[in-house]
Amino acid sequence: MTEEMIIAGFGGQGVLSMGKILAYSGIMEDKEVTWFPSYGPEMRGGTANVTVILSDTRISSPIVKHFDTAIILNQQSLDKFQDSVKPGGTLLYDPNGIIHPPERTDINIYKVDATVTAVEMGNPKVFNMIVFGSYLKVRPILTLDNVEKGLEKSLPVRYHKLIPLNIQAIKKGQEIVESVLEV
Amino acid sequence: MELKDLIKPENLVYDKSKVQRDVYMHYCPGCSHGVVHKILSELIEELDIQDKTIGIAPVGCAVFAYNYIDVDWQEAAHGRAPAVATGVARLNPEKFVFTYQGDGDLASIGSAEIMHACNRGENILVIFINNGIYGMTGGQMAPTTLEGMVTSTTPSGRNTDLNGYPMKITNLIAELPGTSYVTRQAVHTAAAVRKCKRSVKKAIQNVLDKKGTSFVEVVSTCNSGWKMTPDGANKWMAENMLPYYPLGDLKDSIKGEPISEN
Amino acid sequence: MAEIRLMKGNEVLAEAAIRCGCDGYFGYPITPQSEVMETLMAREPWNETGMVVLQAESEVAAINMLYGAAGTGKKSMTSSSSPGISLMSEGLSYIAGAELPCLVVNVQRGGPGLGTIQPSQADYFQAVKGGGHGDYKLIVLAPSSVQEMNDFVDLGFELAFKYRNPAMILTDGALGQMMEKVELAEFKPRWTEEEIENKFGVWASTGKKTNRDRNVVTSLVMDSEEMEQNNLRFQEKYKKMEEEEVRYEAIQCEDADFIIVAFGTCSRVCLKSVELARAKGLKVGLLRPITLFPFPNKIIKELARKSKGFLSVEMSAGQMVEDIKLAVYEAGSTVRVNYYGRMGGIIPTPEEVVDALEDKFSWEISYGVKRSY
Repeated sequence: MTEEMIIAGFGGQGVLSMGKILAYSGIMEDKEVTWFPSYGPEMRGGTANVTVILSDTRISSPIVKHFDTAIILNQQSLDKFQDSVKPGGTLLYDPNGIIHPPERTDINIYKVDATVTAVEMGNPKVFNMIVFGSYLKVRPILTLDNVEKGLEKSLPVRYHKLIPLNIQAIKKGQEIVESVLEV
Repeated sequence: MELKDLIKPENLVYDKSKVQRDVYMHYCPGCSHGVVHKILSELIEELDIQDKTIGIAPVGCAVFAYNYIDVDWQEAAHGRAPAVATGVARLNPEKFVFTYQGDGDLASIGSAEIMHACNRGENILVIFINNGIYGMTGGQMAPTTLEGMVTSTTPSGRNTDLNGYPMKITNLIAELPGTSYVTRQAVHTAAAVRKCKRSVKKAIQNVLDKKGTSFVEVVSTCNSGWKMTPDGANKWMAENMLPYYPLGDLKDSIKGEPISEN
Repeated sequence: MAEIRLMKGNEVLAEAAIRCGCDGYFGYPITPQSEVMETLMAREPWNETGMVVLQAESEVAAINMLYGAAGTGKKSMTSSSSPGISLMSEGLSYIAGAELPCLVVNVQRGGPGLGTIQPSQADYFQAVKGGGHGDYKLIVLAPSSVQEMNDFVDLGFELAFKYRNPAMILTDGALGQMMEKVELAEFKPRWTEEEIENKFGVWASTGKKTNRDRNVVTSLVMDSEEMEQNNLRFQEKYKKMEEEEVRYEAIQCEDADFIIVAFGTCSRVCLKSVELARAKGLKVGLLRPITLFPFPNKIIKELARKSKGFLSVEMSAGQMVEDIKLAVYEAGSTVRVNYYGRMGGIIPTPEEVVDALEDKFSWEISYGVKRSY
């Protein structure tokens, strides 16, 4: 199993930390992991993206042209990465602020209303965990147990009291994700 | 009475320090370096710190200081002695570390390193030989060269419009809170040598007591570079250098305290 | 049980330094490697192992602090990125000339000049050919994963002390910023003063003991005959490194018609290129030099005798390709050695490497080895 994915959105949406929790959860599942962020000019432009690779075998290139999965959290990122999803791959997006929805017909497309749901849950900060939950639903490559262990490892001890809230958000994401297109 | 009858321990009136090595010096006759080397050697012996002393030699005439004083040494790149001393002292806090630098080395190419080492209050002694000239490379202008002074790169005398002003770097050093003891001495008379030795002793003691940076400038002669006799150079120094670089303590305080006014 | 963590390459350099018993780190901030010193400062190793960490006023000061620390036989290191390494080159020449062991990390960014903060491998020449003035070499290690960023800190020190020579970890911004799973090393105690005196008392300036002559750490020798002897001794040392310390990884080279040679981040990219090329029916292998000096000449010579061509893939205008050409020439082979690379902070994709290989070796792919130019 090798899963090559891109997570892309605005700085502040928790893109990099979602990737980190994903990677740590992968380690808990005895997988090889690579987390490779964009750094520099793209960050100054306000967008952030990170390539995350999970694999049962040695990971080769951190530079990926065609992704198995793209998690897209704003319009710029959708425009930039929509065509980078492998045919038959998966695109998960939050429709908030998306004017031009994905147009591909050869990939699986899912959407999760995470921005709105996070506000409803009374904590906009769990936004990225709702998205993460949706991802786990459509790409069940990690168990929730290992995700919880991944959270423990990646969060500083002083934030461990927030783990139940994060798990709740992940579960919420698993519930609310909607299928747009399945190929 | 024959010579062999005279050479007996009880007749000894002067002996070279055991910390000074038995080799010929390359310094020109009349140069101040030899006297300062002697002071350091005597004090290292007197304070019994030979086994914990690490000297940092500069680039310049004192590049071969390590041939004369019998302690462990490191030879630094031009101007970098205070950084080298920082590395040595930080990782060996129980050692006595000193740099020995000339005016080109310390005040010109190494001005950043000396300022920051002193500002951090590195627990080291800095000996600063100021003879107003680059001796080793053949008598070029140094930052401390006096106005109007002739050198090989100021053949008509130092022109302040062209070359700026003689730099009183020791005064700048004294302003830095990291320094504890900053003094300007000379070795052109027997009295000055005695006084200088007392200052260096105090400075070494400060380092042993971990009081921060101690800085001893020695206003010196370079009779070869100045193209004078040794005696003439001493007189010229007293008449011309000392009014601009007056002798005395600039600061005698403790690290972190504001400069004492005197 | 070994400790497994998800860490950035830059962070793990710091952690590995603490764990391998490093005595001192001296550095100056520069992107993309500032996390090394930041991690150390946050970890406060002076409380744990007694390791000293100091922010210098410049790279020039940092490398000279390293000179001083290394001169006392202490395990000491610095890290910087390309422009900072240029500033350190004077000091590195002195350190090599005085035969001091220490570790320098270059997390490369694109140049020349201020260039870019994005990754690059354009300091290859500077690293493997010396960099500063005079005839000297650094031992140059090129990690290709965060795990190797960890492992090569200890290895770098080991080789540096074995040869009394500065070692360099030549990596880049991508590996510095990347997080991967890493198995951390066990803690090794720092050497005691007594151990240092016993091991290095013959040369280190630790304070003159009554049972030995004074030690002088210097690169200065005024007598030409003597200085030539020094140089000859250095060359012997570098030759011994070439004989005994070459490290590389050869992947699917046994039956390969074409050998991609790449180190560091590029080798990761090319590992995938090999897969892609093989899927297309091209017999491609990857040779990944781990030591850039000493360079793996011997294996290149062997491969030159049975392959149809080499492609050097670099994030530079083509630097390592010259060393491959030398080895192929020495092997008496006439196979072509080509280069493909990107500059300015761009990492090539696995796909474009395969395209480049097909394009540059179209003759060989169709007809076999060109036997004359």
